[in-house]
Amino acid sequence: MARAQWWRPSPGTIVAALEVLLLSVFALLPLALQHFWVIFVTRVLILALLALSFDLVWGFAGIMSFGQALFFGAAGYVVALLARDAGVTSVFVVLPAALAVGLALAFLVASFLLLGRNPPSLTFVALGTLTGSYAGDRLARGWYYLGGQNGIPSIPPMTAGPVQITEGVAYYYLALAFLIAVYAACRFLVGSQFGLALAGIRINEARMAFFGYHVQLLKAVVFSVAGAVAGIAGGLYAFHEGFVWPNMLGVILSTQIVLYTLFGGVGTLIGAVIGVIAIEIVSFVLADAYPTVWPVILGVLLLVIILFRPSGLISLFVPRRTRVGVFGLTARRPRRIPGEVDGAA
Amino acid sequence: MALLEAAAVTKAFGQLTALSSVDFVVEEGQLHGLIGPNGSGKSTLLKCIAGAELPSGGRIHFRGRDITQATPAERARAGLSLKFQVTSVFPELSVYDNVLLALQARSPLTALTFSRTRADLHGRVMEILGELRLLDRAAATAAVLSHGEQQWLEIAMALASRPQLLLLDEPTGGMSLEERRATGELLVPLRQSCSIVIVEHDLDFIREICDVLTVLDQGRVLETGTVEQIQRSRKVQEVYLTRV
Repeated sequence: MARAQWWRPSPGTIVAALEVLLLSVFALLPLALQHFWVIFVTRVLILALLALSFDLVWGFAGIMSFGQALFFGAAGYVVALLARDAGVTSVFVVLPAALAVGLALAFLVASFLLLGRNPPSLTFVALGTLTGSYAGDRLARGWYYLGGQNGIPSIPPMTAGPVQITEGVAYYYLALAFLIAVYAACRFLVGSQFGLALAGIRINEARMAFFGYHVQLLKAVVFSVAGAVAGIAGGLYAFHEGFVWPNMLGVILSTQIVLYTLFGGVGTLIGAVIGVIAIEIVSFVLADAYPTVWPVILGVLLLVIILFRPSGLISLFVPRRTRVGVFGLTARRPRRIPGEVDGAA
Repeated sequence: MALLEAAAVTKAFGQLTALSSVDFVVEEGQLHGLIGPNGSGKSTLLKCIAGAELPSGGRIHFRGRDITQATPAERARAGLSLKFQVTSVFPELSVYDNVLLALQARSPLTALTFSRTRADLHGRVMEILGELRLLDRAAATAAVLSHGEQQWLEIAMALASRPQLLLLDEPTGGMSLEERRATGELLVPLRQSCSIVIVEHDLDFIREICDVLTVLDQGRVLETGTVEQIQRSRKVQEVYLTRV
């Protein structure tokens, strides 16, 4: 019996193993891939950052955002303008700028949607963020300075001192480094006492107010942090692709981000990454094999997965929805303090 | 000065008047029972005090401060704590985390982000779990607790922030006789640290632990007094006891 249990790892161990596996594969992949595929996987890494931003707000704080593309696209446009009009391409300027744009814009949106006296409904926030994304898209399409429908093409390459970071292996590792750093930061955040407060808000927001929590402020903070993550992704994406266009801000991408996360598994962080990998690979294969009808096949496939695996692909590996946030006794044991009652579980 | 003073509190839901000019006072260290037939307005009064409902009229002062329009969070930070009638524990979280969640509510954002108060609060979490006889259930998920244990966990969460006034809405609802007796034993020592208002249907339970009783009927205060005074009250006997 004990032997059988020894062979059955806990869901947390499985998630950690998946993280190590994916990290190892991503670290070694450029050694085995051709240039085209390195570019493809770099795009996947950047979109994984974007999916993490959505998982943070929906999977952990229960805020339904259909507007993550707004922060992604706005940051992309700002760094594109910096490069085009000011000649600023330094990685040490453009990516912090992208982060700051995502953070500031998300805080602005949160101020309108979340920081009123009365707690907003889930639908209100979902529609509010959707409207923001749509408005951003329309604004970019109609503003000549932003390139209108065509966006801003031919963004000069990102630089680090005299070195240009062009698409390929160097950019791949830059994107991977950001993904690892952001993933680790998200993991730290959701496993902290702040993460416990987010879990409380997700489960029963009204009850949290009766404890004395500034519920809406906490939600605005996590929403802004997620906006910053989307901003970094937007900055990376703009320089990687070499151009920005209105779709980067719009509702189609915003919805796609939701699908990535639902497909992979909400509230697990790793599920969002898996969702992006799976959808992007399947999309590519289907588009290659069925150039006309591939979106329909992909849509049906997504529906089937969500119907039969509502917890996403992550549920193939862990038996129930497992979150990486562990708190209290299940987190690292707090140090013993004087007067502690003995007999704790 | 009384700890809590509710003066002429009125609460109407459309055409229905749930509370009509209710005066209610709780002194420091008091164990105050709130009783009355179903629909008499007990839970509504408790909700108005805790901020779950805003009164249509009247004023509520807590420690001399007007909290009539304050949000539930502001009232909680002022020292009020509510245990809901329907258990509202966090079922996906462990018993330990439920209490930690309640306890860390006043920690600043940076402390929460870097888990700076986790170790400091650990002792208090274990102390509360010990007081509420939940120590051996600390690692269990709240969803698997029995109904009585969930009620105790609710009380533990309400107590976590060391409130000045604890509002308990039917703390023994759905409990067995043994669990009711144990709950009474748990509540009486708490008066050393805070005042308590209890809404309860079980008159034997209320009689045993409360100093003062307020009887509500049809949204009005029928009588306030010691347990003996209430037991002797003809008005209460006529109106309340015949309807329960």
